[in-house]
Amino acid sequence: MSDTLSKIEKRTAYILILPAVFLVFSIILFPIFANVWISFKEVGLKDIRIPEPRAKKIVKSIKDNPDQLKVIYKLRNSSLILEIRDVKFQDKLPKNIKPINLDERCRVKSNKIYCEFGNWEAKYRENFQILLKSSDGKKLNKKELKTIKPKLTGKSDNILLNTNFTLKNFKKVFFQNEFFDLLSTTFYYTFFGTIGSIVFGILTAQLVNQKFFGRTFMRSVLLFPYVGPVVALAYTWELLLDPYSGTLNNLLINFQVIQEPLNLLGQKYLTINFFGFDLKLRLALTTVIIFEIWRYFPLAFLFILARLQAVPKELYEAAEVDGAGPLQKFINITLPQITAVISILFMIRFIWNFNKFEDIFLLTGGASGTRTLPINVYEQGFTISDIGMGSAVSIVIVALLLIFMFVYFKLIGKRADEN
Amino acid sequence: MKTKSLIFYALISSIFLFSLVSIWKILVTLQGIELKNFNFLIIITLGIAISLLNLLLGEKLNYLIKSTFFALIFVFVDGYLVQEMPIWYNIGIFGILIFFSLKINKYNQKYLASEHSSQIVVFDFLTLFGIVLFSFVILFPFYMMLITSFKTQAALLINPLDFSINFNQDFTELFKSYFVIFDTYKFGRYILISTFVSVGTVIVTLVFAIPAAYAVARLNFFGKNFLSTSILIIYMFPAIVLVIPLYTVFSQLGLRNSVGGLLIVYTATTLPVAIYMLQGYFKSIPKELEEAAIMDKLNWFGIIIKIILPLSIPAISSVALYVFMIAWNEFLFSLMFLDNPNSFTLSRAIQYLSGDAETPRQYLMAGSVVVTIPVLLIFVYFEKYLVSGLTAGSVKG
Repeated sequence: MSDTLSKIEKRTAYILILPAVFLVFSIILFPIFANVWISFKEVGLKDIRIPEPRAKKIVKSIKDNPDQLKVIYKLRNSSLILEIRDVKFQDKLPKNIKPINLDERCRVKSNKIYCEFGNWEAKYRENFQILLKSSDGKKLNKKELKTIKPKLTGKSDNILLNTNFTLKNFKKVFFQNEFFDLLSTTFYYTFFGTIGSIVFGILTAQLVNQKFFGRTFMRSVLLFPYVGPVVALAYTWELLLDPYSGTLNNLLINFQVIQEPLNLLGQKYLTINFFGFDLKLRLALTTVIIFEIWRYFPLAFLFILARLQAVPKELYEAAEVDGAGPLQKFINITLPQITAVISILFMIRFIWNFNKFEDIFLLTGGASGTRTLPINVYEQGFTISDIGMGSAVSIVIVALLLIFMFVYFKLIGKRADEN
Repeated sequence: MKTKSLIFYALISSIFLFSLVSIWKILVTLQGIELKNFNFLIIITLGIAISLLNLLLGEKLNYLIKSTFFALIFVFVDGYLVQEMPIWYNIGIFGILIFFSLKINKYNQKYLASEHSSQIVVFDFLTLFGIVLFSFVILFPFYMMLITSFKTQAALLINPLDFSINFNQDFTELFKSYFVIFDTYKFGRYILISTFVSVGTVIVTLVFAIPAAYAVARLNFFGKNFLSTSILIIYMFPAIVLVIPLYTVFSQLGLRNSVGGLLIVYTATTLPVAIYMLQGYFKSIPKELEEAAIMDKLNWFGIIIKIILPLSIPAISSVALYVFMIAWNEFLFSLMFLDNPNSFTLSRAIQYLSGDAETPRQYLMAGSVVVTIPVLLIFVYFEKYLVSGLTAGSVKG
């Protein structure tokens, strides 16, 4: 009895989860594996169109001969690279019409023309003609002929499905793509973006955890950058930071903080003279990181605030009795209470910053030293139109992500053991 | 009274005062008024003087009289420094000073003599300072977005710092950018598409996620643990690594430029987190209710519809709002899959608009306001639900 029940339970469970699992598998897991496949191929953006045989039908009347019509089919292979094999052609004729002097590749069977064109190489073009004659002497109807569309079929290779593999893409990724520059920019961006958002998260959570007038309002406001649409926010920042008509530069010049406008998003390096040393700051990258922090610290804030509100008040009261000041309370009570949250946040933000595409893409498009790995995927795939390279870079990202996750779970496991 | 506390108190309070006054000056400058100097040294000196006077006077004077007195002194000196300011500027300064004086009123000589007083002073002022600064830094871009959408190209070029709105002009003149983006750039259509995609994603996600989450929360089956851990790992994989294969497959299947294709992708990307959030909530529903239902011979469909759904309205609404926001704000997939202006979503339309260097920026900002307002309204109105969604979902973005 219980055995059948558990069988029913299992079956129900599979029915319930199957649709979701299927969808996630086909849209998320399948592409990750497909990336591996594509990354070992030389595929350009233009290759992914499946080649099709096409025909454009033109009907012309013939001078001095009203009961005859000429039909021209402009035949072509839509692909510039691949051939189409066994092209078959089919077109219907109105009842009273017969073809004359038919091409030898074709035959007529019950008002239909069938042709076999054989193989078309890439870029193949032909103007194929048929002369038509009325069989019962009536005037030919041009319009009727025009509305009938010919059907063409053919076999072709899908470049994605053949088994020609190459290591070229990976060679290019590692040796011709300024790979280490890319990697260091990505890490710089990820690391400082993560640290910054956590630091500001701690500060703001500490603020809002106190009682003051307008506290709930403040909490909503702090989350605005996180919930706002990235497109709107990025363009607003771009406007704000514009070197000539941007508000920030104009304000700074107006109050004589700087003399010359700073191109915050378009300048790679800014040299700062610091006690006689020339420091080179990656200006555009720093600006992008600041945007990143501005947009994502609310998440850290939310997590840490939730944790802070769960810290028992007695701890602070006891510390006060012992004569601890605010700084000691923060270091000895608050910080230990939030380290667990911070380590989770660090992983989440690190992984997501590592994958961040939209923010940089909208602000700088990857120019002036802000090219990170995700930006490179887009550039390779859609700007340079090399799908294979784009996939290869994606694979590098996935591999690095798996390493991060592995290391993280190892560390977490270790800490769980220690406790 | 300790010297250290005294120095901390005087310096920090005056720096706080300086930052308040500076923010006010920046806002005033943005109303098109010429103001070239923060007068750092003078205001700091004044601030120190006022905070020391505050200690000297102590409670000899009523605090209201004291505050008014300080404010009047400051307005007088400041008005003397920056002349020919409109009266509202001085009223603002007066207000700031009253606020400041009330804040420093609680400090007296006895207070500064107590233990840790210097630390407490620093923490107090850092809190105040943080509240003012963070509100300003966060709200300023939103403020700028809104105001720019009401300006004209010419006005912006003449004085990029003038953010005052001329309310005397015609209604149609004031909202010109909005009329243009709705008339010329078909934003009405994009709003409809965005709404359709977002609401569609919410519905489809819930239809798929509720049964799956129920199974994960309640039923025993082979591979359950594997499934629930892989949900989160899958969620960590970024959209950017999915883009190329999806683009290729969608091109070959003719799903690009279709709203349906976008809907499928959005649903798949939000499903893992929706399942994760829902199953957590379903587990908290007492099992006895379902056992009673099984006695009544309800099947799983009946259990979900009659028992689980009515009990988990809060969780479902928070998932729904969260998914709606993700779908509404989504940009990468809409950039990849849509290149026909007839099927753009709002985000993609704004990006397309900005691609043309000739597009006046106030149109861009009007578009940005149009795409931002709905999310912010929803967020403020349903904040309670959304915050729990954000913390549980936590990772998207």
